[in-house]
Amino acid sequence: MSATRAAVTISGVDKVFRTRKGGEVHALSDVSLEVAAGEFVSLIGPSGCGKSTLMRLVADLDGVTGGEISVFGKSVEQARKDQDYGIAFQQAGLLPWRTVRANIELPLEIHGVEARARKERSDELLALIGLEDFADHHPDQLSGGMKQRVAIARSMAERPRLLLMDEPFGALDEMTREHMQNELVALCQETGAAVIFVTHSIPEAVFLSDRVVVMSPRPGRITDIIDLSFSSRDEELREDAAFYEGVTAVRSALHGGVADGPRGVENR
Amino acid sequence: MRGATTARTMLAPVALGVVAIALWQLLVVAFEVKPFLVPSPSDIAGAFTESFSHIVDAAKVTGLNALIGLVMGALTGIIVAIFANALRVMSQMLAPLVAALAVIPIVALAPVFYAMFGAAAHTGRQIIAAIAVFVPMYLNTLNGLRQVEPVHRDLMRSYAATAEQANRLLLLPGAVPYVLNGLKIGSSLAVISALIAEYFGGPANGLGKAITSAAAGSNYTGAWAYVLGAVLLGALFYGVTAGIEAWALRRRGGS
Ligand SMILES: Nc1ncnc2c1ncn2[C@@H]1O[C@H](COP(=O)(O)OP(=O)(O)OP(=O)(O)O)[C@@H](O)[C@H]1O
Ligand SMILES: [Mg+2]
Repeated sequence: MSATRAAVTISGVDKVFRTRKGGEVHALSDVSLEVAAGEFVSLIGPSGCGKSTLMRLVADLDGVTGGEISVFGKSVEQARKDQDYGIAFQQAGLLPWRTVRANIELPLEIHGVEARARKERSDELLALIGLEDFADHHPDQLSGGMKQRVAIARSMAERPRLLLMDEPFGALDEMTREHMQNELVALCQETGAAVIFVTHSIPEAVFLSDRVVVMSPRPGRITDIIDLSFSSRDEELREDAAFYEGVTAVRSALHGGVADGPRGVENR
Repeated sequence: MRGATTARTMLAPVALGVVAIALWQLLVVAFEVKPFLVPSPSDIAGAFTESFSHIVDAAKVTGLNALIGLVMGALTGIIVAIFANALRVMSQMLAPLVAALAVIPIVALAPVFYAMFGAAAHTGRQIIAAIAVFVPMYLNTLNGLRQVEPVHRDLMRSYAATAEQANRLLLLPGAVPYVLNGLKIGSSLAVISALIAEYFGGPANGLGKAITSAAAGSNYTGAWAYVLGAVLLGALFYGVTAGIEAWALRRRGGS
């Protein structure tokens, strides 16, 4: 695979946090992973295994201690400055004084997109997430699921080639969650973006991903990568035997990776 | 529902005020208290209506000084807070100065300012009001600017937003409730400072000077009428800034 075809290349990355009391936390150890353009990769593993840390390193919100990360063949800093990725966090992180529409338009506004083009794009995205009627509402008038949808729309506002999502559906109930998963699949098919998706839910990872990366803690490292090649991702897949095989494969990889059994992973 | 609630929250203090004034009137009349000790509310009201136009003129002079001081102090407070928030060294350097400004009675500097700007100018009073307003404005704004959630900070970094953009789109809007609270506190301080500064000299057409000259001329009821004017002026400033605060917070759609 040529370098330009890869969305993200992570090679031999180490991350050590120094705590204030002089201690050290080895959050990531010798992590290597390549995410192809348009590929959907999930990170799964027990709490504290460094999933969020890895995502923050790719987003250039934190720096590596060792090793290297490149995004579309560039340094992470350059990729951030070029707006090569969109990001969604576990908390929606909407600005409470802005309307839903103004929240979605925030990145466009920062990057100097003119008002008319901004409105066109936010109209599209509002339709995509089904919140046209809430364009002028403020975040405190929305449910948790609606806020999360707005945050996802915002992360896609600039049509990034790479989406970084840290447990974006963590706070949602099962019904909304499956609905959002279907929407995300549709959005990704439409935009062809590569996705790095952090989750605690095995079925979610299996349903969404081309590959599931299984991690284990202390120090955080990759213990297994499971390939899933479903021909289509729709409601029927959730009942399919191949889907359950995938769930079983990820679950046993998680159990095999940690001697005392995984913690913080939902087996639902 | 909201109208009824507002009416009820207004009713209690008004009722308390009416009872207190009635009691005051009753005590003054019953015990024949001398006017230089405490005049009765009805006498004060009489003096107030009698010299109403003069009180309004004097209130305009003091009110303008307070307003200019409020605007100057508020703007300086906000701007200095923005820089202090961006530069840690600056906030550390300013901390002792602001603490000193907070504990020193600034009005005590009035004679110095009259010497600097001449006894005919209002400048000294406006500066005193501005300094008094600066302190709560600076402290509140700085506190507000520091309330940023980590997720919003990360978001701005991911957008590669400039410092100016982060201030304009994230920090300042987030600090608005704090700024408005500082403005509300500053509004009363501005009136009090502008008024008291008149006690130390300068042009004689304001409310503060009117209080001292009436008292010096043994016109105690008149002095109280001007005090009433000063109370109403302070209430006006507070009421307007509190109104702005309530309006702005409702408009921004909660937080
Ligand atoms: N800023 C930081 N300073 C010190 N230690 C940190 C910091 N951020 C993360 N860590 C540590 O790094 C390790 C990995 O944290 P991280 O948040 O990446 O885990 P995670 O896999 O995302 O967990 P979860 O599933 O609970 O979100 C943890 O032990 C955590 O305590
Ligand atoms: Mg995490």
